[in-house]
Amino acid sequence: NVVPTPVKINLINMLSETGLQVIEATSFVSPKWVPQMADHTEVMQGINKVPGVSYPVLTPNLKGFQAAVAAGAKEVSIFGAASEMFTKKNINCSIEESLERFHEVMAAAKAANIPVRGYVSCVLGCPYEGKISAAKVAEVSKKMYSMGCYEISLGDTIGVGTPGSMKEMLTMVMKEVPVGALAVHCHDTYGQALANILVALQMGVSVVDASVAGLGGCPYAQGASGNVATEDLVYMLNGLGIHTGVDLQKLMDTGTFICNALNRRTNSKVSQASCRL
Amino acid sequence: VIVPTDTKIELINRLSRTGLPVIEVTSFVSSKWVPQMADHKEVMRGIERHPGVQYPVLTPNLQGFHSAIAAGATEVSVFGAASESFSKMNINCSIEESIEKFEEVVKSARNMNIPVRGYVSCALGCPYEGNIVPAKVAEVSKRLYSMGCYEISLGDTIGVGTPGSMKKMLEAVMKEIPLSALAVHCHDTYGQALANILTAIQMGVSVVDSSVSGLGGCPYAKGATGNVATEDVIYMLNGLGINTGVNLYAVMEAGNFICTALNKKTNSRVAQASFHTGTIK
Repeated sequence: NVVPTPVKINLINMLSETGLQVIEATSFVSPKWVPQMADHTEVMQGINKVPGVSYPVLTPNLKGFQAAVAAGAKEVSIFGAASEMFTKKNINCSIEESLERFHEVMAAAKAANIPVRGYVSCVLGCPYEGKISAAKVAEVSKKMYSMGCYEISLGDTIGVGTPGSMKEMLTMVMKEVPVGALAVHCHDTYGQALANILVALQMGVSVVDASVAGLGGCPYAQGASGNVATEDLVYMLNGLGIHTGVDLQKLMDTGTFICNALNRRTNSKVSQASCRL
Repeated sequence: VIVPTDTKIELINRLSRTGLPVIEVTSFVSSKWVPQMADHKEVMRGIERHPGVQYPVLTPNLQGFHSAIAAGATEVSVFGAASESFSKMNINCSIEESIEKFEEVVKSARNMNIPVRGYVSCALGCPYEGNIVPAKVAEVSKRLYSMGCYEISLGDTIGVGTPGSMKKMLEAVMKEIPLSALAVHCHDTYGQALANILTAIQMGVSVVDSSVSGLGGCPYAKGATGNVATEDVIYMLNGLGINTGVNLYAVMEAGNFICTALNKKTNSRVAQASFHTGTIK
């Protein structure tokens, strides 16, 4: 079940009109491994690039990086994990080896003046290892930051985190990486995302990842929810008096569009509630 | 759809075994108005009463109160609202008139040593008036508290609140009522409940209302969710290191029971995730 390229392009174009400043466009991963991303070059070349908006792409290796740049990418992302077992199961190597692989990408990106964002997965728990030590998260984050990533996005990949573990983890990471270079990427699998994000905001984090309509499930818990919904996040930020510059109505309209296109129900409660008003 | 009396009793009995200290059982409201609650006496008499667990019931007026006592109730609740429009639309009288009605109930209750809990609806927003002023919430809360309610549960009835409005409202109410007499009752209609509850906890509130499986919708936004799911609240409290004494797995099982009986999907994300992985985290 692959989303048609025009639908992806239209989704990104609609998101570009909402006021969101960063929209992750696609992943330059081998189509053999992830066929749903096979149209990465077409998508990258097909979208309207709105001034003031960044369109980073995932680049798992040097080959992907080069293809991304050739397709017009101006920002890339690399992925590490705070769990050895997760790394082994996912990409068949150790954390250390995975970071080694990224050295090439970092060097090429530096030479081309392309900013690189680093993601750390499993920061609040791992589907295989269970509990993850905050010190390990801090260690991996520090390595990626020292390698040259301008920002580290800390991902609660399976959504098991709570305000308690979020606080503990951030406290450790903030000893190694300045808070201005930190972001959180919370999954809502256990309904904890907004509470976790609130704690991160209280601790000074000011970059939050989210997914329109909360799309994107959880491969480790079939049928469970995944990403936190951008609409619900923006609703909370508005209520906190934080100026995001995002137009919630346009965002909801975008969510409606993609859910119709995918014939799926939205995972955003704000959207569910607002449709009835 | 009316839930069979047996199912209600079974649900309450299961909840009684989870460690939850308070389970709101039923409402002694006129069966003409709320037919789904017509079996209030049967339910009250049919449930197991576990030591250490409270079984309050709603009593909208003196008649309901007497009926509740006769059926064995040992704690009751009354409802006010922070919105005149809501009060008028719901029970066809002003806030002041509704409070006068409750005064009768509270007086009788006090005479019989029956504790009364006070609820304030629309504490963070009203489906008719929109924005609600924190000072109004404080005023109504104070009236109920001074009357003799031992605890005031502040309800975000339509779930529009956010950590920002929760904080402002609590700050106003805390000027009039001691923290230990406050509770929050957050609806999850806009997905904000846990963040709002966290804010309340950070400010010192230590009583939180919820509904197993997040059952109970929203009459003002058809199809939208309503109450926050007990399972999701417990999961968060556990993560915060707070000792609730509640067995999360037992709550999930009670939730599974009632959802199966009602043929409804759970609104608890913890339950959704746990039953799909087959493990409980």
